[in-house]
Formats: sequence, C-alpha cells, structure tokens
Amino acid sequence: MPVSLLWAVDVYGRVYSLSTAGQLWEQCRDAQMEFKRVTAAQQCCWGIACDNNIYLNVHASDLPVRYQEETYENQRWNPVDSFSERLLPSDRWQWSDVTGLQHQPLDNFLLPSGSWEWEGDWHVDENFEGEPTEKKGWTYAIDFPAYYTKDKKWNSCVRRRRWLRYRTYKAMDTWAKIPSQETTLPDPFSDISCGGWEINEEPRGRLSLWAVSLQGKVWFREGIYHLNPEGSSWEEVSLPGEVIQISCGPVDLIWAVLWEGQLIVREGISRDCPKGTSWAEVDSPSPDVGATHVAVGINVVWALTKDNKVWFRRGVNSHNPCGSGWIGMIGEMTMINVGLNDQVFAISCEDRAVYLRQGVTSSELSGKTWRAVTVPRDGDRSHSSASASSLQSAGCYFCGEARAQSAVSDVESDTERGSTDGASRPVASPPPESSVVAPTDEPVETPKPRIPKVTSDSFISELVSDREPGKTSREGGPAGPAVLEEDPVPGEEEVKAPSASVALSPSQSGGPLVPQWSNVDLEEVQAQTVAAADSADTCSLSSVATYTLAMEDPYGADEHPLWAWVSGGGCSVDSHSQLNWFNSMNASLVQSVQSMSLSVTPAQTAAWRRQIFDQLNERTKREMDNFRHYEQAVEQSVWVKKGTMQWWRDWKPHKWIDVHFALEQFSGPEGNKDGILFIYYNFFEEKKYLHAFINEVTILVPVLNDSKHSFAIYTPERTKQRWPIRLSAATELEMQDWLALLSVSCCDSRGIQGPPSKQAVWSITCKGDIFVSEPSASLEAMPYPTPCDQMFWRQVGGHLRMVECNSVGIVWGIGYDHTAWVHSGGYGGGFFQGLASSTDNIHTQSDVKSVYIYENQRWNPVTGYTNRGLPTDRYMWSDASGLHECTKTNMKPPSPQWTWVADWTVDYSVSGGTDREGWQYAADFPASYHGHKTLKDFVRRRRWARKCKMTTTGPWQEVPPISLSDVTILPCAARSSVDVVPVWAISNKGDVLCRLGVTALTPAGSSWLHVGTDQPFKSISIGAASQVWAIAKDASAFHRGSVSPQSPAGDCWYHIPSPAKQKLKQVSVGRTSVYAVDENGNLWYRQGVTPSYPQGSSWEHISNNVRKVSVGPLDQVWIIADKVQGSQSLSCGTVCHRLGVQPMEPKGQTWDYGIGGGWDHITVRGNCMEPPRVHLPSLTAPASQSPLPVRNTEVNGNAVGC
Amino acid sequence: MADDKDVLRDVWFGRIPTCFILNQDEVTEREAEPYYLLLPRVSYLTLVTDKVRKHFHKVMRTEDAEEMWFEYEGTPLKWHYPIGVLFDLHASNTVLPWSITVHFKNFPDRDLLHCPSNSVIEAHFMSSIKEADVLKHKSQVVNDMQKKDHKQLWMGLQNDKFDQFWAMNRKLMEYPTEEGGFRCIPFRIYQVTFLFSSCV
Repeated sequence: MPVSLLWAVDVYGRVYSLSTAGQLWEQCRDAQMEFKRVTAAQQCCWGIACDNNIYLNVHASDLPVRYQEETYENQRWNPVDSFSERLLPSDRWQWSDVTGLQHQPLDNFLLPSGSWEWEGDWHVDENFEGEPTEKKGWTYAIDFPAYYTKDKKWNSCVRRRRWLRYRTYKAMDTWAKIPSQETTLPDPFSDISCGGWEINEEPRGRLSLWAVSLQGKVWFREGIYHLNPEGSSWEEVSLPGEVIQISCGPVDLIWAVLWEGQLIVREGISRDCPKGTSWAEVDSPSPDVGATHVAVGINVVWALTKDNKVWFRRGVNSHNPCGSGWIGMIGEMTMINVGLNDQVFAISCEDRAVYLRQGVTSSELSGKTWRAVTVPRDGDRSHSSASASSLQSAGCYFCGEARAQSAVSDVESDTERGSTDGASRPVASPPPESSVVAPTDEPVETPKPRIPKVTSDSFISELVSDREPGKTSREGGPAGPAVLEEDPVPGEEEVKAPSASVALSPSQSGGPLVPQWSNVDLEEVQAQTVAAADSADTCSLSSVATYTLAMEDPYGADEHPLWAWVSGGGCSVDSHSQLNWFNSMNASLVQSVQSMSLSVTPAQTAAWRRQIFDQLNERTKREMDNFRHYEQAVEQSVWVKKGTMQWWRDWKPHKWIDVHFALEQFSGPEGNKDGILFIYYNFFEEKKYLHAFINEVTILVPVLNDSKHSFAIYTPERTKQRWPIRLSAATELEMQDWLALLSVSCCDSRGIQGPPSKQAVWSITCKGDIFVSEPSASLEAMPYPTPCDQMFWRQVGGHLRMVECNSVGIVWGIGYDHTAWVHSGGYGGGFFQGLASSTDNIHTQSDVKSVYIYENQRWNPVTGYTNRGLPTDRYMWSDASGLHECTKTNMKPPSPQWTWVADWTVDYSVSGGTDREGWQYAADFPASYHGHKTLKDFVRRRRWARKCKMTTTGPWQEVPPISLSDVTILPCAARSSVDVVPVWAISNKGDVLCRLGVTALTPAGSSWLHVGTDQPFKSISIGAASQVWAIAKDASAFHRGSVSPQSPAGDCWYHIPSPAKQKLKQVSVGRTSVYAVDENGNLWYRQGVTPSYPQGSSWEHISNNVRKVSVGPLDQVWIIADKVQGSQSLSCGTVCHRLGVQPMEPKGQTWDYGIGGGWDHITVRGNCMEPPRVHLPSLTAPASQSPLPVRNTEVNGNAVGC
Repeated sequence: MADDKDVLRDVWFGRIPTCFILNQDEVTEREAEPYYLLLPRVSYLTLVTDKVRKHFHKVMRTEDAEEMWFEYEGTPLKWHYPIGVLFDLHASNTVLPWSITVHFKNFPDRDLLHCPSNSVIEAHFMSSIKEADVLKHKSQVVNDMQKKDHKQLWMGLQNDKFDQFWAMNRKLMEYPTEEGGFRCIPFRIYQVTFLFSSCV
C-alpha cells in the first residue's frame, strides 16, 4: 500500500503530518504562519492560516500539474494578400477559441496566480487528427465554421491553426495562498472541508471544497481538479441557519452543524451537481445538548455534542443521507474526523492526543475501541530515539549472526546520543505544557538484582522487572546508581569509552547481548546478565526497556503533543493496515514482543537460512560423502495419486463426465522424475482410459469460472488441435492441490526449478494469469526453430493485465486496476505454495476490475422508454451481446477468487458517449450507439459497472504511486548490473513517463520523469539504441528524438504518419525492427528505419487478425493472434511466432502457432539468446529444455475421435 | 541463494551410513555378514530395516528369530525416536558408519516399546503430527484433513517420497499471513535418559 499522510495541527498552530509508514509527526516547516484548521485529500491539503486566508499544499508527484492553454489563429483568403489576417466584418476574431465566439489573443493569457509558471512560449500544433500537417499547422475549410481538412483545396477560403502553450503549477509541497476573490469575501473563513473525490472520475482529481465563514455562511469552491488545483471561484450556498462547522465526505455526504446545535444535511448531490440542491435538518443527538462538530465519510456520520460526547449515526448511505438514529459511543472528544475507508480520527478532550478508531470495517462501521496515536514529533528527540532504538534492537533479536550487528549498532549509537540529549534538555528548560499531563506514577520499589531464568516466560518477566529498577533510578535521581541519562559525558563519547558504565547503558547492552539470544545460548546470557546486574541495578537486558525508561521519564511528559485538529482525508488506512503509530507509548509488553517479531527483516531471515543450509551441507558431506555406495534403506518406487474429477469429453455432444484421475510418478532411468496422467472413463458402458506423459505436458491453465473449478492440460498435439484436456475438480482447494502437484511434476520432469531466467518469455491470459517459459537456444534458430507449441509454460503467482521484461531480468507488470508492479525475483505464489514457491519475494497482490451489464430499453409512444421490450428483443438486462440475461442480482463475480467491493453504478465512460443518465441511443438492437437522443432512436441502453477485487500472492512488488497503462523496458543485451536501464511508461491518464534509476539490482527504479506531450498517449516501446516509439490516443505515431543515457528523456517528438485510413494502437521496437498493430488487427512493419534515419519511410502490411505484437532484442516477432483454426473451432488469443526472420529479411515469412486461445499478452523482450548458426535443434538444445521427439501425445485406450 | 525448499530437501534427504551386526549370542546356522544401509534421518528404525531383518533371517532358523531390536554400545535403541535423533543422542561422536547391533532375543521390555507392525509406527507418527498441530493451529488443519490425506503423509514418509509427503505437510506448515505465525511453535526435547516436550 502506498504511503499516505495524516495531517494535524497542534494547539500552537503548527502543522504536522504523520506518514502511514512512519513513526514520527513531521512538522511542516515551510508553513510561514500558524494554521487553524487543515483538511486533506490524497493529493493535497488545504488549511486556514491565522491570517484567515486559505492555503493549499499540493503534494509533489512525478506527474506535474501541466495545463494546456490553446487559442486559434484564423485567416481568410483574398485575391490580393492570399491568406491573411484580414477577415470579413462578419467573421470571427482573428484570434479566438475553438468555437470562434471568444476573442483570445495570445497576450490575453495570464497566469492565474503566483503558483504557476509558463513552460516555454506559444507554439503551433502541427498535429491534426493524428496526422502531421507539415504546413505549419494550418487546416483549411470553405468557411467558418465548417469542416476542416489538412489539405488546401481550390475552394478553401479560410484556414486556421491551433496555438498551444503550457503552464505548470510550481508550488508543490509548500503552502501557497490560493488567489483571492476579485470581489473580496465579506468575512474570514473559520472552517473548511474537502471531499467529493469519488463523485466523478472526470475531470481527473476533482474535489469539492466547502468553507464556513465567521458569520456562519457556507461557500463552495468551484472548479477544483488536477489541472486547476486552486479552483476558480467561491460560490455562496444558501442556508437555513448559521453554520459553525461543515464536513464533506468522499462521495455524496455533506453535513454541517448549525449555531443552535442542530445539524443539516445536503441533499441532491450528484455527478452533475456536486454542490447539491437543498438542506435537510437533523436534530442534535441529545435533546438538551447541541451538536458542536460533525464528521462524515462514505457511509458514516460521527458527531460530537457540547458535552464532548461522541455519537454515531445509524443507517446513513447514499439513498438516505440523513440516516435513522444516533448511538452514543464511549469516549470524550473535542474534534472528530473521518478519513478514507470510513476510518475515524479524533482528538480526546482529556489529553489532547489523536486517537484512531480501531476495528472499523465495512460491516462494522462504528468500530470497536479508541487507540491513541502515540508517535513523537520530530522535535521531541527523546521519544523518537527511544522508539527507534527499541525497534532496532528488537530486530537484532532475530538476527542470525553477530557480524550483522555493525550497521545496527551504528544506529543505536546515534539514538543513544539522541536519548541523552532529549532526556537532559527538559531538565534545563521545562516547556510550558508540563503541567497538562501528569506522569504515570508507580510505587517506588527498592532495586533488587534480577536472576534471569531460562524459561521463555522469564524473558517477559525480565522485561517487567527491567521497568522497575529503571523507574526507581529515575525517581531516585542523581543519588541513584549511574544511569546514562544523568551521565555528564556526552553520549557520543560515551559510546566509544570502554568503561564499565558503557556496557551498562541500556541501549548499549542490548546490542552485544543479542547474538547470544539468537543462538539460544542461554547460559552465556545468564552469565553476562548476572555480571551486569552485579555492577549496577539498572542494567537492562534489552532496549525494550530503554524506551520504557524514556517514556516514564517524569520530564518526558512535557513532550506530549497537544493537538487541536486532525484530518485523515488523505490517509489511506483501513482496519488491516499495519501501523507503527501505537508502539512507542503505553505499549504493553505483548505489543512490544509483537513488534519485535515483525521486525525480522528478510535479509536476516535469508542469512539465517543460509547458515542452516550451510550446516546441513556440512553434515551431508561428513555423513554421506564417503558412503554414497551404500544401499538405500527405502527403495524408490512408483507413487500414484488418485482422485475423481470431471472431464470435458472429447466427443460430441461435449459435456462434463465423471472420470477417475490418476497421476503415476516414478524415477526415470537417469534419476530424473517422470510421470503419466491417466483419465479413466466410461464409453458406452466400456471402461477406457486416456493418458498423457508428464514430460509432454506443455502447460496447465486454470480456467476458473463461477460454476466449475476447472483447468486445462495442453500437450504439443493438444495445442495444435486447440483442444486441451479439460478437467474439473469438485472444490477450488482440490483443483489447486492438483494443479500444484501436476505443475511440480512437470517442472521436475523437465528439470526446471527456481525463479524464471532473465531470458524468459512471459505471457498473460485473458484471466490475468501469468505464465513464463524458458526459451531454448534453438527457439529463434534458422531454419529449424523449436516449434512454439512445444514450449513449456509454468505459472507464476499474481494477477496482471500486461507484463514487459528485458534481458537483464527486469520485469514490470501492470494490473487490471493499472497498478504498476515489478518482479521481485521470486517464483510461485498464488496456489503454488510450499515447494513450488520461493519463500522470500512473495508479496500480497490485489487487483480490481469491473464487471459490466447493460440495461436495455425500448421506446413506445405511450410511456416513452420503458423496460418492456418487443418479444423479439434482447433481455432488458443483458451482457454486451444481449444474448445472455444479466441482472444486478444474478450477476456473480467472474470466479470465486473475486469478491464485490462496491455496488452497481452507471458507467458514463462508454465509447460513443452517453447522456447525463448514462444512456446511449440507437435505432434498434444491435446497432451503433450514440450519446444523445435523436428522433430515429427507438432503443437505448446504459452500462452498469460493479467493481470486484481479488487478492492473491506472487513475486511482485508494487511501484507506487502512479497508475500505468503501458510500460516498456530497453531490451538490452546483458551488461553490468549497475547500468541504468531505460524504462518508459504511460500513465493511465496518458502521460508519458520515463523511469529513472532502474538497474538490474534496483528494478523498480527511483522516480518518474515526466515527458511533455501535446496529447494523451496509449502505447510506447523502446528498442535498441534507445529508439522510443509511441502512439497517442488519437492514433498518431511518434518517434522520440535523441534519447541517450545522457538525456534519458530525449528532446522532441517526431510525428510519423499512420498507415492510410488506419488507427494504430500498439507499437513494439526491437533491435532495428519497428512493428505496430492497428485497431482493425493489422500488423505493420516500418520500412526504411536506419541509424541515420530512425523514423523510417513507410508502413508495410504484414498480417491481419493480430491483437498485440512483441518484438524482441533479436528482432524476433511474436504476436497474439485471433481467429486461429483449431480442430473444433476458431481460437482467439493465440501466441504466434514469426518464422524466417533474418537480418536481411526482418519481416519473416510465416507464422508458427503456439499456446492459445485465451491469451492476451506476450513479451519476448528478455530473450536475447543468439541461436546457434548451424545445428539440428534436438542436438543443440540444453537437456533440461530439449523438446522431446514428437509423438502422439494422448494415445487413447481405444480409438476415440478427438 | 538458499531457499526454504533447499533446506527442507537437505533435511529430508539426510542419511546415516549404518552397519548392522548380528549380536554374537544369536543362534545362527552360518556366520552372519554385517549389513550396510543408508538410513534416512527422518524415518524410524523399524520402518526402514525390513532388509536387515530379511538379511539375518537367511542365516537363522525361524524359531530362533523373535522380535528384532537394536542396540548401540549397550543402549537399546528406541524405535519411536527418529533415526537422526537416535544417532545424535547416542553416537554423534562415533566413527562412521554407525555400527548397530541387531538382536532377535531377550527383548528389553523395560526399555523399548514393542513394534509388531508398521501400523504401530503410523499411529505413533500421526499422534506426533496431531500433537504438533494442536500447538500450531489448535489442530484445525489436521482435523480438516481427510483420511486419505493422513495416509498420503504417512505413505510419503514410509516410501521416502519427499514430494508426496510435502504436498500434504505444507498444509500443516502454513499459516495465514495476517496472523503472522503459528500460535505456538512445537518442539520436542529428547534426552538420553528421559523425554519431555515443551512449547514456546
């Protein structure tokens, strides 16, 4: 989960933010003045400062806020001057907007505020509907307004061209005053609240900002979205009374508190009207005590009354924004706020601490308990050091070796210093708030030497007993035994001083003792501890006790922050988030033990595993090396696993029949494992069977749908026929067991194990399953390459929409929800648990996609459009084709892996456009639909979408925060691991991005560099010699000039004309070849690409029925093809390999068909293995991947037509 | 890089070279040759010594052969300890191969459990699995397994089939990530004279 921020203001008006990954309130240093209130969204934070102005802090992102200003230059032809700026009096302005109605000369454009700056000067847009004009951008027409073309004709009397200029928002990560209204507002603002980011996805980053003035008026800020973060103007909203506070939720809840203590609820908020239409009144929770504060989320309303009681509103949702009743909650709060996922933050009136409501889930919105956020602020060093050191040393407990300590002890000596400073500072000058929070008092006990015991419980009890001596020593003051905090020697020197007292300083003693613990060498620990205890009572075994010391430090209480305001609107937490916000204070020992176990780093685990592995190796060497000739006690034998399944029978009519299934495994003659699959079935009362050799199985594909837990088994023969063995298990679990077992068997029989190689070919099915194949050297051989139906594919956990790789092993993926992922180097995950999966590098991965259904209506003269269709019509609720009935209630998520995460909503983003209610109109079903009603339209439909989510595991790590739609990695030949590899991507909004800092060791890179474009893009590819090709959303193709390691983003775009009348959609660039696919499924090769002229000269048609193309570093061409003939039917989504591709013949000759259908994506950009020049494939291929001699794969027990 | 899988494999395929020598007091028809075997560390003595029994039966009369038991340097070897444990407890400093004396008479009832058939070993093994799962998952996992799953575990051990065993055993070793680990981690402490178990 990406890191996000919780914002708060303390009682002195200082603004702080707390990261979900952090443990420290960081002060916002650049805030020039004190703030009263803040309200946060994920992309920005708004605040009211003490000068009563509203300030905006836009969080810096790799994507700049870049606003495109445009104006049109219009000219008319006359016989004297030819085209000139002399227009007819009836004509439009010489400089105008696109409609011609607005006068827009270039110098009329001004920056909206000091937070903006121009990026370059005005320039002419040379691109016209995806084609370069090459005529300085002029487009011609008969007259204004008319249809413009890029070619001048004899009757072209007018022409126009578009001028562009960009301005960027520069005030990132700093508090900038938003431009004040021209007409000054009557009175200053006293409250603000932002929300509404989920009302409408367009325009991107839209927000609603509500403000309350001191006189109780409410204002709505118009026009806030990503490209206009400041908004444009304030609109007053009429009111039934005087408002004191307002709260705006992410969707359509807006509540406000009136001066008299009642609450009002905004109604009529919709996609088209984010401001709402009217107010409804709701009584205060308590009849005698008015409400003072309200906070709303998506489906929740919380309120406070004047007596600081907390109330939860029952039954609130979009349809009933007023809810049904109040429930009193525990706790007394002065301020409350609802953040993302309906999580609740509050400030207690007792100690002014920020509390987070625990256990708030969608099924239990009111949560369970309040829990104080107890992290220190960045000014409070004693607290920070204490918590840091406790965590550091906690980690050490699980560190396998003493030498791993060096880094840690560095940190500890730092924190040591910190704690010394922090503890001594308050003594010198107690801050003013010292009286507010009393230190927790414990009875003073006489120090007693502890005798560590050996049982595990004693570890805890030791920690407890640590607290007491520590406590005592604090209370005892300087008279007590020497403790670090009172030592006059500065911490830094003390760390180096080899005196006895050093060994006893709490966080120091934690360090050296640790390795003993990890080696479970209890005696030694005991000895050391006793020794320590002898010399001073305050010895602490672990620095868990250190922070206890610091926390119970009577002066430490001075540091307790007092909060005035908190805003969780930007803080992405939910009830499952693991936060480190609660550990540093009031932490019970159980929690600290938990935090210790969590802080075992993967590196430590790996080191530990390495150690065990080495010891085992040693043992094997010692005990077995000389005795290998001895007889084994247990002879290896055949092992059979049996089960019952259903089989999609081979003969017509096809249907599922019950079969017995058996996997027989045995060791082959050379010790390699092999096996045979048997499917026993009845054919007209006759018992028959079908079998397949495990070493011939090329792929196992799970085919989950809502009714069957099925999977498909392919062999080369089955792949040719496009007719796999389809089997279905009774339960999902059983299917996964079988799949895991079969896949281990297949990998064993081919000697494949461990993570995919750098050369691996990756592919993805239409279900999002990821497969990887190890290419043999002869895969690209000439003239006899390995047939691609013999490629063996194994599944990798995770769920992706696309994957791209290169030959140094950098692999990126993009999920259906556009999240970017990078391969962690592991394998397995998903249902490949245990042995088929790596232990490290497997992470949780989730993906979200939408399920669509259509609501269809027909017009009749009496009632207009109704859901009563003609008897011949499609279902009134259907899928896109209209052939299947799909209602909101009967629709299920695509498979049991998916669960619904939202309700049905109207989808407005349908191609062809929709009206305000989402309808599209047509003359009849099925037809082409348009977004507005005409007289001839008798039917209409609208699309409903519902989001579903799946969670799985796989060797993928998220690359936050920008969502992507395409990514490409330079398919370079293997070089050193520190070389920076160019990675380009396109955000899901169409921005072109260049990833910096990507190397084989850091495949995720460090940050995005935005590459300016005049329009959104959809496809990008980078080939050898850093040739970058890209396709814009309007199908124009571009080549990026001068991309090099020195200038990773290049300098400018060269517009490449598209093939005649075709709209390109995807491009792939190899070593020299450039291929593109258009929207009609044609594959094009770029002719004439040379180093001196990288743009090439023309497009040449290669093939049709192509969905996607991947060109590799050897210029090998692989595609996903549609309409491939199989034994039973045409198959869509088949992996195909271009044969006959040679340096002198880069276009190749024919296609070789591989795995499919149902495939969606392939990348061969990792495979840079030069094929052997002269060879026979079966001789040159490595043994582990050698294709077996082709023979009939499934020999039925009796002849069965298949 | 070492993976958990490699560790598991190495543990499973740990072998102890052993030399079985017939006790001199046994009545034989001709002299018994010693018998050499690689014993799997994770298995049980009586489970993997069929070959030993057959080898010595060849030189003995059937009526002279009672229940077979093993002894190392005067200590009867408890078959219900894993072989690796027995070796490490009693013979870790010995010169390899480990020399075990085989007896067919005077079964030491006070020291050893009788082992009339493999089903006794299976029962012992399954009860250990169950004990461990009580600590790890409150025995939820082992209870959710079917009879055939239990059988697969056992057959995996008996036939020295790593994959067969681990296909099932992985379920016992899994835990939901949100729980962050087993409830308890079971381990058993073996001592030369007595046995007790404990958990953290």
